[in-house]
Order: sequence, then C-alpha cells, then structure tokens
Amino acid sequence: MSATADVIIVGGGPAGVAAAMELRRRGAGKVVLLEREPELGGATRHCSHSPFGMREFGRVYFGAAYGRRLAREAADAGVDIRTGHSVARFHGGGRLEVASAHGVETLTARRVMIATGARERPRSDRLISGDRPIGIVTTGTLQSYVAFHGLMPFRRPVIVGSELVSLSAILTCLTHGARPLALLESEPHMLAPAPFAWFPRMAGVPVHLGTRILDIRGTGRVEAIRFRRQDGVEETIPCDGVLLTGRFTPEAALFRQSEIGVDSASAGPAIDQDGRTLDPLCFASGNLLRAVETGGWAYREGRAVARALALDLAHEPVPSAPTAVTFEAPVKLVVPSLLRRQGSGEPAFRDFQLRFTHRVHGRLSLEIDGREVWAQTRTFFPERRVLVPIPEGASAAGSVRFRFREPG
Amino acid sequence: MLRTHAPPSQDLFDVAIIGAGVVGCAVARRFALAGARVVLIEKGSDILSGASKANSAILHTGFDAPPGSLELDLIKAGRAEYLDIRAGLNLPLVTTGALVCAWNEMEAGKLEAIAAQGRANGITALKLMTGAQARTTMPGLSERLVAAIEVEDEHVIDPWTAPLAYLTQAVALGARFLRQAELVEGRFAGEWTLSTSTGDVRALSVVNAAGLFGDVVDRRLGFAPEFEIRPRKGQFVVLDKAAFAHVPRIVLPVPTEITKGVVVCPTAFGNVLVGPTAEEQDDRVRATVETETLEALLERGAQIVPALRAMPVTAVYAGLRPASESKAYRIFTRPEQRAITLGGIRSTGLSAALGLAQHALSLHRAFDAPPLVPVEPPPVALPNLAETRERDWQTPDHGEIVCHCEMVTRREIEAALASDVPPGDFGGLKRRTRAGMGRCQGFYCNARLAQMTKGRLATALAVGDGEGS
Ligand SMILES: Cc1cc2nc3c(=O)[nH]c(=O)nc-3n(C[C@H](O)[C@H](O)[C@H](O)COP(=O)(O)OP(=O)(O)OC[C@H]3O[C@@H](n4cnc5c(N)ncnc54)[C@H](O)[C@@H]3O)c2cc1C
Ligand SMILES: Cc1cc2nc3c(=O)[nH]c(=O)nc-3n(C[C@H](O)[C@H](O)[C@H](O)COP(=O)(O)OP(=O)(O)OC[C@H]3O[C@@H](n4cnc5c(N)ncnc54)[C@H](O)[C@@H]3O)c2cc1C
Repeated sequence: MSATADVIIVGGGPAGVAAAMELRRRGAGKVVLLEREPELGGATRHCSHSPFGMREFGRVYFGAAYGRRLAREAADAGVDIRTGHSVARFHGGGRLEVASAHGVETLTARRVMIATGARERPRSDRLISGDRPIGIVTTGTLQSYVAFHGLMPFRRPVIVGSELVSLSAILTCLTHGARPLALLESEPHMLAPAPFAWFPRMAGVPVHLGTRILDIRGTGRVEAIRFRRQDGVEETIPCDGVLLTGRFTPEAALFRQSEIGVDSASAGPAIDQDGRTLDPLCFASGNLLRAVETGGWAYREGRAVARALALDLAHEPVPSAPTAVTFEAPVKLVVPSLLRRQGSGEPAFRDFQLRFTHRVHGRLSLEIDGREVWAQTRTFFPERRVLVPIPEGASAAGSVRFRFREPG
Repeated sequence: MLRTHAPPSQDLFDVAIIGAGVVGCAVARRFALAGARVVLIEKGSDILSGASKANSAILHTGFDAPPGSLELDLIKAGRAEYLDIRAGLNLPLVTTGALVCAWNEMEAGKLEAIAAQGRANGITALKLMTGAQARTTMPGLSERLVAAIEVEDEHVIDPWTAPLAYLTQAVALGARFLRQAELVEGRFAGEWTLSTSTGDVRALSVVNAAGLFGDVVDRRLGFAPEFEIRPRKGQFVVLDKAAFAHVPRIVLPVPTEITKGVVVCPTAFGNVLVGPTAEEQDDRVRATVETETLEALLERGAQIVPALRAMPVTAVYAGLRPASESKAYRIFTRPEQRAITLGGIRSTGLSAALGLAQHALSLHRAFDAPPLVPVEPPPVALPNLAETRERDWQTPDHGEIVCHCEMVTRREIEAALASDVPPGDFGGLKRRTRAGMGRCQGFYCNARLAQMTKGRLATALAVGDGEGS
C-alpha cells in the first residue's frame, strides 16, 4: 500500500504548524497537516489580548493574526494544509480515519505526529454539585464567544481557579462588559506566580482562597454559586455565570480510543526522549503531552520533536520496548516518561518536565540504575514546570526513578 | 421568535394530552394514528421537560416486573411495538443483553428466584451462569463476580429520539403541539375546556400524562386525588467513549425492595453510564447532582468494571422518577368525564410508553365519543444519532463538523432547528443532535452553537441581544 504522505501531522496549533515547517525544512518530502477547524492557530486563535510570536517571528501577534502568520509560513514551506479535516480515529501504524465535508477517508503515512493540544476540564469532570443551568463555561469557551462571534455568555460571573489563564479570563471579561464578582480558588494560595497573582485584586475582583464550592444554582440560567470559605463560613454569591478556568487536560481522545492509550499521570500519550510514543511510527508534541504550557513553548516543542522525527525517517522504525521513568506522589507527572536506547541520537527533549500535585517543600532527586545523579531541595508549586536535565546515557539505563522526600 | 403555537380557541379536539414526556408523546401518536384530532399541551419549552429527559435508556423485557401486573403487560406491549416500528422510524436498537450480577454468596442465592420470576413473566431467554461464564461474555467485569443471570433481550435505545419520533409522526398527521402552555384548570361540561397559561383549549377527552405532576394535574382537572407523586432522584455519571469497549452489556445488580440499583450500561451514543441512585425528595423540578454521590458512583463503577477507574467523566446528570406511594402504575379512567390518568410511571416508562398509549386508546373506546377512523401511518424517519450505525458526518456534503467530540455536523443542527418539532431550549437541541454532549462539554463548540441558535431558544446561550424570545 502506498502512503498518502511521508508525515501526517494532526492539529494545526503552534506545535503542529512548527513541526510541519521544520519537517519541510529538513526535506521530509510530503507533509500533510490536518486541522479540524476552518483555520490554523489552535488555542491561540481566540486569545485576543495575549502576545504570541516574539520568539518565533521576532514580533508580537495577537490571537488570530498569529494563526494567519502560521498559515502563511506553513504554506510557503510547502506544507499540504488541510483545514476542516477532523481525525476521527487513529489506528496506529500510520493509519488515520479522517472526516471532512467530503465524507470519510483513510490516510496513511510513514510517520504520524499528533499535536491536538489541551483544553480546560468541564464542570462535569470536576464533579461540582448543583443544578445544570446555562452559563457555566470555561475560559476557552468565553474567548471563543468574544473572538469569533462577538457574543458574551454572561455579565456577572464568578471565576473559579487561579492559574495564569484565570487572569486572561478576567481581562476578557473586563474588556467585554462583564464584571467578575469574585475569584474562588480551592488551594490556600494563588496558582499563578507573582506578580500575576496580584492582578485580580488590582482589578477589583475579590479573591477567596482555600474555598470549596458547595453548589451552583439556577433552573434556566445560573442564579448563584454557594461555597465554603477557608474559615468555614458558607457564602452565596448571586451571579449569572460561572467561569471555570484552568485544570487543563490533554485532548487525547485519539490515543484513548487506540491501542496506544494514555499515560495515567499526564493523561496524554507517553513519549520517549524523541517525542515518540509507544507506537514507533507515531510521535506527539505540544500541550497534548501535558497540560499546560504557553504557545511559544508548544511551538518550540513541535519543532524539536520534528527534528527527531526527520532523523527517524531516514532509517527503519526503532523497536518498541522502552524503559519507563518512575516517580511517586507528590510528583504529578514526568515528560518524557519513556526512554529508548535506540533514539534519534539528537533527542528532542534535553530535560524531564515535572509537575507537582500541590505545594510542597522537600528534596527531589533522580536515580539512574539506583545511583543518585541529580538532586534539589526547595519549594515546589502545583501547575508550574520543573525542569531536570536528562543525564547523558540515561536512555541506556535499566531504571530511571524520581524520588521526593519531605525534610525531617 | 421561539415557535410557540397560539392555541386554536375555536377548534374542538378529540383528545387533549397533558404533558409531553415519553408517555404523552406516545399517546399523541397512538391517538393520531387512530384518527383523532390531537392536541398535546406541555408547560416546558420543549418535549421531555420532566422525568423523560434523564433515564438509563434501557428497553426492558419486564423480566423483573411484578408478576401479573399491568406494568408487566404494558412493558411487553410497548417493547413489542417499539421493535415493530423502529426500523420505519429509523430508531436504533443496541442489542446488548444484560447480566444481573451477584457480587457475593447472598446475592447469588437470590438469582434462582429472579430467574424463576423472569420465566413466569414470559421471558424465556434467561440463563444462570457462574461468574467465570458471565465473564467470557464480558471480560471487563471484575473477577469478584460470583454468579449472574444473562437476560438476552434487554437492550439499549436512544431515549430522546424515540419520543421525538412518536410526536413527529403525530404532528405529521395534524396533531398540535403547544409548548410553554401550562394546564392551569380544566372544566368538564359535556366537553373539556382546558385553561392553559397561553389560552383555552377545547377537547372531548383528556389524557393526563403529566409525569411528576400527575397528581397536581388530576386536581386541576377537578378530580379528587387518587395518588400522590413522590419524586425519586437518580444521579448518573457518563464516562468517555473509550469506556465503551469495556462495557458491551448492561450490567444490572441484584435489585433490592426500593430500587433496581446502580447499573453500568453502554449508551447508544457510544458512552458508558453508571447510575442511577434512588433518593426520595419533595422537589419535583430540581434534579441536582452532588459531588460525594458522583464520586461514589465512579467508585462503584470501577468495582464492577475495573478498567473504568481511569476513564474521564464526560457528563453528569440526574433525573426524577415520578414514583408514588405505590409501586404500581397509577392508571385511572373516568368515562363520565372522558378522562384518563396515566400516573406514577416510575421507572419503566421509556419501555412501556407505546404500551401505555395502546392501553389509553382501549380505555377511550369505552367513552361516549364519536368513533375514530384509523389512518395510515405517515412515513417519518428521524436522524440517527447512535454510534452503532452510520452518522451524518460519515456521509458527504454535511457542510462541516461543528461539535468535534460527538461529530455533529452543521447540516444536522440546521435540520433540527428547521424540523417539525424544533428544539425549544438548549437541552432540546443537545438531545436532538448531541451537539455539546461530548467530552469537552462545549469548550470547542459552545460559542458556535450560541451563534447558530441566536433568538431561537427559550434561554439563550449568549446574554444581550441574543436573549429570550
Ligand atoms: C483559554 C486559553 C488561554 C491561553 N492563553 C495563553 C496566553 O495568554 N499565552 C500563551 O502563551 N499561551 C496561552 N494559552 C496556551 C496556548 O494557546 C497553547 O499553549 C498553544 O496553543 C498550544 O499549542 P498546541 O499546538 O499544543 O495545541 P492547540 O493550540 O490546542 O492546537 C491543537 C489543534 O489541534 C486541533 N485538533 C484537535 N483534535 C483534532 C483532530 N482529531 N483532528 C484534527 N485536528 C484536531 C485543534 O482544533 C487545534 O487547532 C492559552 C490557552 C487557552 C486554552
Ligand atoms: C433515573 C431514571 C432512570 C430510568 N431508567 C429507565 C430505563 O432504563 N428504562 C425505562 O423504560 N424507563 C426508565 N426510567 C423511567 C422513565 O424515564 C419514566 O417512566 C418516564 O420518563 C415517565 O414519563 P412521563 O411521560 O410519565 O413523565 P414526564 O417525562 O415527567 O412527562 C410529563 C410532562 O408533563 C409536563 N407537565 C407537567 N405538568 C404540566 C402541566 N400542568 N401542564 C402542562 N404540562 C405539564 C412536564 O413538563 C413533562 O414534560 C427511568 C427514570 C429515571 C428518573
């Protein structure tokens, strides 16, 4: 069977587009980029206020303009761009079932890269109590209302969560005639780092830390949110919307429904130091690997994995047996979580990326074949990236393990 | 701009049906096919505004229904008619079969009696199995399974398209559907004058199919209450489509006196649901979900099918059963006033609806009313939403895919909005198309849906100029 392309990339966000261009630059041959939306750009398309592109293009772009710049660059690089193409199933082994307005087709490639990004968790997945009225949305949804349709889902929302994206949410509200009534965070501290963490209060939005949402009320539209404050007092805020921010999760349905599956820690596909998944013909990059990073990070990651993929195209696929990187709580995830002896030789990942489940102080160490090769003692915060260099020769090790010890 | 039909005050209908739940929709169809001039009166902005919007979607055989009961007869009749008409209406049937699972010796000891009752109820495709045998038919079940009964003919259907099909067929025969029309009072003086929140309706006969308000509507029609609705809430969690591969069958527990218990069940849409609970409450409208209960359901689901532990939650919901102080259906006929009450259709109404409709028509025959002349069923085929069959996105020229999680096309959404029984609220649009029902719950498509439905839904998704009607 002759393949449709040398490489098919799924997802036209920063990671997928960067990968496509890099592959073309490295002479990968026929590179097809599949994107289900009508335009490239991914999640950056609706971030109307935040700057993108400084590192990639040496100038600042806002939202959709960044997507258009990506599209132009990719077309110039000779990428076969197919928007309005949704991958319905990934069969592994380089085979994809693709739906478009023309119907369904099966496409094949020598290698596949999946870069389908991440999204915020909906109310259902957070198991929040209460009614199920209209007006409970995520930041991504709010920004799509504003950026694509000039609409607003509410006027007086309560904001849930304090990751960086919550600040983006507040800004979108304030610039579009909505007045956030409060910000609720379940952790005892803001998740966004200072100085960003000061922003809500500066914008006049009361912040309640260490809260627990008791329920959301409303029969048609949202009418109120009830929560328990850190001091135990219950409070009800009448509002017309609830904005659920952050708690990102990889958009990994294609993996969940395939033989490859997902890594239980990251909820994205497990990858090795080249971005290769358990299926040696399939690579992955960008926010799909772990939620969540910035647009610029996703872009660079896409390009780095594409470099390794280009090298991989030159020889037979590597055998599949990798070594798994192990760790335990409070480490939430490690990317890459696999190491393969037969890598590309020029790994896409020079560092392990770690995340913690909650704020802890202690000593994080890395052991290779039982020998400690790296350690650091400090405070670690949830939803913040921790980088640990992948030691020379780690890919040949029999065991790679992260340990964490609290002092005392 | 919402399409509500002004009541035709001068028209005299043969039958007025109160309540557009699954029962009311089925009754409307049955009377329309019998040749009656039908009006269906619903207080909500769409059909399925009450109990019928949230259930387990199982087409029951009646194997565990009370022996000799009217409920058993009507489940069997309803199920038989569904199987008979479903192909014509393009309604799905997911032939899963069910396993009644015993997780300890005490439960296993009850299986023999359950099987005997099933056989006495006329359901012969029943098989007692060891845990190991049952697991060969569904390897995802926990090894802790002790024994099971296989009930081959318990199946899963699309619980929303079925009633929509019934009403669509009735409307094709000229039945009127009045929404946002609450029955406030009925007076009988040779014929019925029904006062609704949008005007009066005249009819020769009336059928009360008001579900959770069955007792209230009986009182509003001037009858001394014969029963009292005691809502019983059931909460559910719906798991990601990846779970579907692990749950090819309906997994039932050994029932207790009050409830059929927590079921793990595939859906026609390719998900898996875990639920329902059984919680008594006074409120007839609000069906809230509760964190602790949802967590407990997830835990229970993972005990039954261990692979479910890692599955993300797609949706959570709760429904209210129109239970009453008795286990039996509360069906009353009052020939003098030409009135029928189909009340207390607690937990089997989806299966029994078509049977209940046949029963209502037969009760109506005893009424002093002009004879009805049956008509040919008009051809009506509903759009398929079941994953087990071809969907619109798999066929050319659908425009584009709007909801990516559920693969809902622009053509499907536009067709629903332009249909004979268009959605009146966002829930109605979701039930007709599945848009926004998937794992992202609208992260990607909700804004687009807000734009496509502007001015067409009772509660608009966007505030401001899109609001209201
Ligand atoms: C609300 C919000 C605010 C943000 N704010 C900022 C910010 O201020 N600054 C910043 O730097 N970053 C921000 N980000 C993050 C930034 O947008 C992401 O890091 C970046 O877009 C990730 O790139 P990606 O290519 O990995 O994925 P995405 O950009 O998510 O792109 C994935 C693409 O894959 C497509 N896709 C998914 N599944 C399929 C399929 N089956 N078939 C075909 N195509 C598919 C999607 O349509 C999408 O276009 C924000 C993100 C969100 C959601
Ligand atoms: C958790 C749960 C799980 C279930 N699982 C199953 C299953 O797997 N299989 C099965 O067969 N059955 C199942 N059922 C049962 C089934 O859903 C019910 O039996 C059925 O929905 C009852 O339908 P109904 O038409 O009688 O009532 P409803 O659906 O409540 O319909 C009544 C309608 O009347 C309207 N109304 C009320 N008052 C007025 C008024 N004054 N004027 C105008 N309109 C009015 C309401 O708005 C409503 O739309 C389940 C039920 C629940 C709750």
